[in-house]
Amino acid sequence: MTNPNNISLNISHALEFIDGHALNIPTLKILSEDGDILDGATAPELDKDTALRIYSTMRFIRLLDERMQAAQRQGRISFYMQCLGEEAAITASAAALKQEDMIMAQYREQAALHYRGFSLEQFMNQLFSNEKDLGKGRQMPVHYGSNELHYLTISSPLGTQIPQATGYAYGQKLKHIDAQSGELSSEIDNVTICYFGEGAASEGDFHAGLNMAAVHKAPVLFFARNNGYAISTPADEQFKGDGIASRGVGYGIKTIRVDGADTLAVYAATQKAREIAVTTGEPVLIESIAYRLGAHSTSDDPSGYRTKDEEAEFKSNCPVARFKAWLLKQGWLNEEEDEAQKDKIREEILAALKVAEKVQKPALEELVSDVYDTPIPALQKQYEELKEHIKQHPDAYPITAGRIK
Amino acid sequence: MAKMNMLHAINSALDITMAEHPQACIFGEDVGYFGGVFRATSGLQEKYGKHRVFNTPLTEQGILGFANGLAAFGAPALAEIQFADYIFPAFDQIVNESAKFRYRSGNEFNVGNLTIRTPYGGGIAGGLYHSQSPEAYFAHTPGLKLVVPRNPYQAKGLLRACIKDDNPVIFFEPKRLYRASTGEVPEGDYTIEIGKAEVVKEGKDVTLLAWGAQMEIIEQAAAKAEEAGISCEVIDLRSILPWDVETIAKSVTKTGRLIISHEAPITNGFGAEIAATIQKECFLHLESPIERVCGLDTPYPLALEKEYVPDALKVFAAIKKSVEF
Ligand SMILES: Cc1ncc(C[n+]2csc(CCOP(=O)(O)OP(=O)(O)O)c2C)c(N)n1
Repeated sequence: MTNPNNISLNISHALEFIDGHALNIPTLKILSEDGDILDGATAPELDKDTALRIYSTMRFIRLLDERMQAAQRQGRISFYMQCLGEEAAITASAAALKQEDMIMAQYREQAALHYRGFSLEQFMNQLFSNEKDLGKGRQMPVHYGSNELHYLTISSPLGTQIPQATGYAYGQKLKHIDAQSGELSSEIDNVTICYFGEGAASEGDFHAGLNMAAVHKAPVLFFARNNGYAISTPADEQFKGDGIASRGVGYGIKTIRVDGADTLAVYAATQKAREIAVTTGEPVLIESIAYRLGAHSTSDDPSGYRTKDEEAEFKSNCPVARFKAWLLKQGWLNEEEDEAQKDKIREEILAALKVAEKVQKPALEELVSDVYDTPIPALQKQYEELKEHIKQHPDAYPITAGRIK
Repeated sequence: MAKMNMLHAINSALDITMAEHPQACIFGEDVGYFGGVFRATSGLQEKYGKHRVFNTPLTEQGILGFANGLAAFGAPALAEIQFADYIFPAFDQIVNESAKFRYRSGNEFNVGNLTIRTPYGGGIAGGLYHSQSPEAYFAHTPGLKLVVPRNPYQAKGLLRACIKDDNPVIFFEPKRLYRASTGEVPEGDYTIEIGKAEVVKEGKDVTLLAWGAQMEIIEQAAAKAEEAGISCEVIDLRSILPWDVETIAKSVTKTGRLIISHEAPITNGFGAEIAATIQKECFLHLESPIERVCGLDTPYPLALEKEYVPDALKVFAAIKKSVEF
């Protein structure tokens, strides 16, 4: 029986409450820690080229993260955030998408961006906020974005991308509307994936975004990265119940939970989720269970809130090593080549870092451009006054003074 | 007296409050065992337990909604918003609820027990979202009080006053000074009256007015001006809502000139309100137009931060312009 409340009533005469933990959503795992397909599991169709591209992306991001973490310690950049421990979740999910699908990330998803083709130079230019940075040197390091690569520029306020993803995906669906009949075609060509942490899933924007997506049927893939911590706050102080996945169910969204350190499981789940979204036009939620192996950021010190033993326990479950073991067994990779590649990438990273470091900062004009499409009169006046001031005191503003006409 | 930095001073004010009232609670993102990302609440969970000092889920809207409820119940609610840039998800709870609780209920209910602490301001290479000074948004809302300290002594005395005040107060902490500023601070309890500006240095040619971290900048500018033979009166506003019209008007009546400096963008910044009021109060004593040296009307940038900020050189240029008018 259906009533106007949109609930199919299932009448009971027993005074029973459903426990908050009643849902116990299973976790999809395909690959063993040693790189074998587990009994009863089915490996997704993954061709050699894609598999190797996933692997080389993970390897590159590991090396980039390692180097830039060190660069921050040396005072060469002001801030950095690694995705250590979540490389598989991020890369494999991105690999299961089409290049034109939209990515709306939180901030720890550099691997997805690299998979799309964001170059080493582009990473460096953003990290050094130089004049070649696509974001014009305005945001802190790791706030990447590229229109060409369909990767929305990162915004620091948490969760804001979640309802935006719903709106964007709705737009992707409306692209297929028939102007005459107002009907939608059954197939959609692109979807939006929206990444966020289990911490950000507490924000009001999360609830608004999921509810809107469910009610209005937007083809968005919500990808919750449950890595155990939001800065120092452990997941058990973040939410009760069965993780973020149960929230998806609560909002009426098709949901799956995956082992986030298992490249094949994440790939399979995302591929299937995408298929559901394009064929039904509806949202899907994927919860990836992994562990944030590194510090939250270079401003954080996890020794203040978790033990070395805990970290060591999770370190042994390395997503990159697990996938590598599978590739070796497939005969698609060999150790010597892999080592040689690593050395080569390390050198390239260092060289790119040295180049980007020397590129000049954005010109003064970039301070006032893009606030509006063109600076409004008040801002134009402030800019003229600032130029005059800098001209009179060039020594105090060495970054821009020499370039003011 | 003890030597303290601003974080210690704030911690000490919170500690006194927690000891004073058995239901006082400190809560916010990461404030529990970890002591907050800046460590302002260090050691308090160990001392007062997890029921009274706790991490909240990551929801500013939730933090302030919860705080309004707790304060309405009658317990001192000491809410932390990790960065003032992230206070906006809680805007509705603060502006529509905290500020109007007493008024809309005919004082059947109020949230006078609420104190919101939040680090604000730039100078830490934080870019757009870790540098904002959002005081003016809240200054447009009747029912709130807004306070900004400039050093550890002020921080402790003013924070204690905010907590004891029977109105919801937002206490903006200048994060650039958290560790940079140290000074002698009494270990015991004391308060500094809210709504009173402080004349930090007397002078006769021009009045310089700022608050929080910008005080350091106008003091540097005043020193430069002294070298050039210009005598500056330097005033710390300390409290933005309510603000001390009398002290500022008295000073401007004496000097005939006023320069206001704040980090937030100039248009509709709180400086605009001060300029309008002082122009009316001191019209016949003014020797030159009131000048504002503020942030540009742009978001707070990263690479060109130096160009953007109202630095001492820009304040000094305004002082010269004012005396040469
Ligand atoms: C609205 C908002 N509040 C607070 C912050 C400060 N902050 C930045 S990251 C973070 C923790 C995020 O944790 P989670 O979403 O679990 O992602 P993870 O870092 O674990 O990948 C916090 C509190 C912010 N950026 N935005």
